[in-house]
Amino acid sequence: MKPTPRISIYDGHLIDPANGIDAPFDVHIQDGHIVALGTAPANFQPTLSISAANQIVCPGFIDLAARLREPGQEFKATIASETIAAAASGITTLCCLPDTQLAIDTPAVAKLIRQQAERTGKTRVLPVGSMIRGSNGESLSDMAALHEAGCLAVSNVAFPFKNTLIERHALEYAASFGLTCILQPIDYALQDHGCVHEGHIGARLGLPSIPETAETVALARDLLLAEAIGSKIHIHALSTAKGAILFGRSRYQNTALSADVAIHQLHLTEDHVDGFDSNCHVLPPLRNVADREALRQAIAKGHITAICSDHQPHEPDAKTNPFPVTEPGISGLETLLPLTLKLVHEGILDLSTAIERLTWGPACCLGLSLGRLEEGTIADVCIFDPNISWHVDKTKFLSRGQNTPFHGWDLKGQVNWTILEGYPTFQRHQNL
Amino acid sequence: MLDTHNLQLDQNGRLRHFLTIEGLNKALLTEILDTADSFAAVAERKVKKVPLCHGKIVVNLFFETSTRTRTTFELAAKRLSADVLNFNASTSATAKGETLLDTLRNLEAMHCDMFIVRHKDSGAAHFFARHAAPNVSILNAGDGRHAHPTQAMLDMLTIRRHKQDFSKLCVAIIGDLLHSRVARSQILALNTLGVEEIRTIAPRTLLPTQIESLGVKVYYNLQQGIKDVDVIIVLRLQKERMAYGLLPSEHEYFRLFGLTEDRLSQAKPDAIIMHPGPLNRGVELSSQVADSNRSVILQQVSNGIAVRMAIIAMALGNTKATS
Repeated sequence: MKPTPRISIYDGHLIDPANGIDAPFDVHIQDGHIVALGTAPANFQPTLSISAANQIVCPGFIDLAARLREPGQEFKATIASETIAAAASGITTLCCLPDTQLAIDTPAVAKLIRQQAERTGKTRVLPVGSMIRGSNGESLSDMAALHEAGCLAVSNVAFPFKNTLIERHALEYAASFGLTCILQPIDYALQDHGCVHEGHIGARLGLPSIPETAETVALARDLLLAEAIGSKIHIHALSTAKGAILFGRSRYQNTALSADVAIHQLHLTEDHVDGFDSNCHVLPPLRNVADREALRQAIAKGHITAICSDHQPHEPDAKTNPFPVTEPGISGLETLLPLTLKLVHEGILDLSTAIERLTWGPACCLGLSLGRLEEGTIADVCIFDPNISWHVDKTKFLSRGQNTPFHGWDLKGQVNWTILEGYPTFQRHQNL
Repeated sequence: MLDTHNLQLDQNGRLRHFLTIEGLNKALLTEILDTADSFAAVAERKVKKVPLCHGKIVVNLFFETSTRTRTTFELAAKRLSADVLNFNASTSATAKGETLLDTLRNLEAMHCDMFIVRHKDSGAAHFFARHAAPNVSILNAGDGRHAHPTQAMLDMLTIRRHKQDFSKLCVAIIGDLLHSRVARSQILALNTLGVEEIRTIAPRTLLPTQIESLGVKVYYNLQQGIKDVDVIIVLRLQKERMAYGLLPSEHEYFRLFGLTEDRLSQAKPDAIIMHPGPLNRGVELSSQVADSNRSVILQQVSNGIAVRMAIIAMALGNTKATS
């Protein structure tokens, strides 16, 4: 067991949206917890002093959707490789969705993921259990056992419900134990074998297309079932304007509802697919400009309270094929913060709101007591320089996945320190 | 990422690959048609060959079955005196699990000069072009629903031989545009050559959403759609379209969208009828129409050889038919 460091972070600008703090404050950490903001407690002797001059100090980021590929696809990435990349991106907590090749539909897989993550110790990994066991779509998983094995939430992303009745039963069963259900709204029949948005690019390039109704029809069904059952649901990866509006209306009546959006949906559109760029092959697909604007507005207004990386690392071969047969997904951990800050630079969000969407926002979606910094809370901290410019170079990614459409972009904002439960897990230019 | 324009043309604006009509200007399309005209006479000669591509190796790389397109490409390349290799994907290494990229690399290692590619996935020709060695040309012989540019150009040659001036023409395309790479390339070519109007005629299930963005007018009624048109292009209806609830039956389709003598009276008296083949008589059009003197379907096939000769020769950098 490493000795617990006593850390003072001084001269930084603290932004803690949960407590409405946006001001210069020193932060003092001991025994893995925040012991004081501002003046250090009497007789506090730090073993590590970090100067955060001209930098932002904020809660460590919480990423609600990342694929770590383990167990089953270690040729793409491992829990070790991806949690190191997450730590370097200021992320202290990430949710591993259950669609690993060996799905998280049994407690053994959930435990395996937690153990591997704890062994590396770089990021807190929260496995999300599958609501369905096996691919037949009709057997409920042992959700209570998954919960006991550390799954704080369950989800439909690994195996779709065979029909609406099974979905109803799964939601009812999860609600019996107060489990949050992370639902990705997809009508698989409408999605068919589509790989791009049903719009002008799909029409021109002759790529099988996915209509917006593949999202909205499923979303309406999910929202209505959840309302009838009274279950706590979180909608994952909204991609359409209509979806955002539909969700916003329901949330007006039920503030317990929450949703996230993948960061790439806030910057890219179907037009980026032109030229058959397989790095822009994602599901749900990149939509049109109006959809992107509506999602940006929903994030700005707080209808959608979390931005996730939707990290999906791939080996190069997975993207080296004609567009429709490439595997969907973007390696997104290392661009999560700078792309969120780009929304600040473009005047969409203020800095505090941007940080809230990466910290307190996602924490509230799952009822986590993380994502805030006050005396007594767990010391998950990120220190970053919001103004430093850098050139995205996929070959320098720490993630095994170099599949990014942002390669070559110039972005602002770089993490200098990440602290997890009082331990530094990342320091720029240092190998921790 | 290279855009399509940069991928297809060299720094002097000459054809390097031929992947799609998109990004090619009217002058280049006209040059293809003119070159094809100059090659047409070769077929009339006693010795149906010119030595323009002597010593070049052209590979027919077909991952999807084809009779007409593969045969006419083979004939075209042979008339240019190239050596032709037919690569059958169903018996090749690809069927044994080799990746597309490895297949390409292996064939390149045999010093081939040109690959004529057909593949079931949209974007496959772009994929090959992006990864091909600098001295190798890729011709798209059909990729998924995306493009079939040589078919479009042989159709343009057929239209030009009958109608001369593109600028006054109204062209109707009937049938399954959703799944048709032929139609997408035809629409791009017709718009680039400056026709007055393009109409698409089909039930909504067979039209891509936002097809209007390609520069066409949409009709759901055949009689209205072909009123006063100069050219009617009938697309093939694939049988499997009934399976996904896109159409109720062939019978209903023919009743509403089948081209018959009676309906043809709506079009201009000198309207020509085209079809990329293979025909489904009694589904897309009646036998009387298919065999009528307005039908130019077999001329399309002959023109296919001349057009493909032109494109192969242009991409391999030698087009003088007189030698």
